[in-house]
Amino acid sequence: MTATAAAPMLRSRGLSRYFGAVPALHGVDLEVLPGERRAILGPNGAGKSTLFNLIAGDLAPSEGTVELFGRDVTVLAVRKRARLGLGRTYQTSRVLGGLSVEDNLYLAVLGARRGHLRLLRGGSERAIRKRAREVAEQVGLADRQHAVAGSLSHGEQRQLEIGLALAPSPRLLMLDEPAAGLSRAERLSLTKMLLELDREVTLIIIEHDMDVALTVAEHVTMLHQGEKLLEGTPQEIRANKMVHDLYLGNTHGEG
Amino acid sequence: MLTRRGPALLSWLLLAFAIVWVAIKAFGQGFGISGNGPQFVITALNGVSLAALYFITASGFTLIFGLMRVVNMAHGSLYLLGGYVALDLVNHGMGWWGAMVLAALITGAVGLLVHQALLRWNQGQDLRQALITIAVATILADQMIVHFGATPSSLTPPAELANSIGLGLYHLEYPVFRLFIIGAALVVALVLWLVIRFTRFGMIVRAGVDDRAMTSSLGINVPLVFGGAFFIGAALAGLGGVMGGTILSLAPGQDDQFLLSSLVVVIVGGLGSLRGAAVGALLLGLIEQLSAVYLPQQFTNDSILLTFILLVVVLAVRPQGLFGRRT
Repeated sequence: MTATAAAPMLRSRGLSRYFGAVPALHGVDLEVLPGERRAILGPNGAGKSTLFNLIAGDLAPSEGTVELFGRDVTVLAVRKRARLGLGRTYQTSRVLGGLSVEDNLYLAVLGARRGHLRLLRGGSERAIRKRAREVAEQVGLADRQHAVAGSLSHGEQRQLEIGLALAPSPRLLMLDEPAAGLSRAERLSLTKMLLELDREVTLIIIEHDMDVALTVAEHVTMLHQGEKLLEGTPQEIRANKMVHDLYLGNTHGEG
Repeated sequence: MLTRRGPALLSWLLLAFAIVWVAIKAFGQGFGISGNGPQFVITALNGVSLAALYFITASGFTLIFGLMRVVNMAHGSLYLLGGYVALDLVNHGMGWWGAMVLAALITGAVGLLVHQALLRWNQGQDLRQALITIAVATILADQMIVHFGATPSSLTPPAELANSIGLGLYHLEYPVFRLFIIGAALVVALVLWLVIRFTRFGMIVRAGVDDRAMTSSLGINVPLVFGGAFFIGAALAGLGGVMGGTILSLAPGQDDQFLLSSLVVVIVGGLGSLRGAAVGALLLGLIEQLSAVYLPQQFTNDSILLTFILLVVVLAVRPQGLFGRRT
């Protein structure tokens, strides 16, 4: 890892969020470098999704700061962070069920562009369609482009969600449990897709499935009860006894 | 499909009974010219042309609701305003066609103004928006009395549509203008369908109807599209007012009448559904006209009740309306 070369894509300092008196996240420092693949692990309630929401701007931090692409965005609105180059998916499925796969992606590309205010079809139409088809191919939905999103299988919907996040060509992509509810085969194709992801895109992934998380990630941050427990490579995480007791042992037979 | 079997069966029986009843009354004495056939044809055409008028007006209402979840209580006032504006323009020497187009555009502009100045700041606050539109409706109603008086008036159809035409059935003649309204409703339906199905604007509208928050989170400027939809919805109300002002009359109270009919149409058809508005308008128009003729004499004055029976039956069987989505 060339830790000294580039400015981090994401840096958080002392990031905390309290719900009432309960700390969902407490004093988390995080640094993710350009092109890195980072997994955020931790048992339920560890604060993983809260961390995502604070980074994306869906929640305001109680304490601490968030920097994206070298810029302090702590008080910046969600949409503006997205404009800077942040794409994310949510823990629960969110697609436009009444529209086709292609139209879903079309709107995601359109929404990221300036000048999308022109309501009638303009000159950029073909470029937007082309990008939408590229993304459909990238997330493995090339042959499902004309299917109505609401009729897709759960796995395909999750693929489409990743497509929606990828469509605006983000520099930083955050996926919240992309493998949740997927079949073994779907998990394999998801892993393959994430491994093939362009290195221009930095990836942060919350994942319960160890096979997916530890295959894709080069760097792992372990959260527990709202605090950062440890950081390391997948090998170090697999070998760590504390992690086993807390987490791996429970969900994976032998870990 | 959310359908309750008991009420559904009952409502099918009711519908079958109504159809058989009307059929016996209309053709019980045979299909010849001496029977009640001619009366049925005219009544049915009256029902369909009234339905066409309801559809033109209610399609704007359902568009606005479907996208913004705004129950626009000023929709009837915009209908009446459209009619009065056209009347004013005609009185100042403009032709009927020009007055129709201009009145629709002016009504659309008034709707856009209401949206941009009052509703935009209260996006998502349904009750507050309903109250604001009620206020607008009240103010508009009073202002229209001040400017246009309270005596009923009406528009004269353009000369080329003022005659009657032979139907080629029972030697009957029927006013061309009423047939024109049916045609206009078909054109409105076709244009709306094309716009919603094939344009970028329409795609955003469909996405917004699906999931407003999600569409917005994709970075789409939803408020702008909302403004456009509000313009179109209000313009359709105005267009309805011009048509209605020509076959019916323009008078205080017509605004409430058409707000009510629009509400019934979209509740029956399903809020936000264009197809639903078409079916709802057809049901309402036919029931109103047929019941006035075919109910037993002593119940003729209660024909308005049938409208509400329709409402109750639909709500009992499919609370989301015939083509509505569960929300």
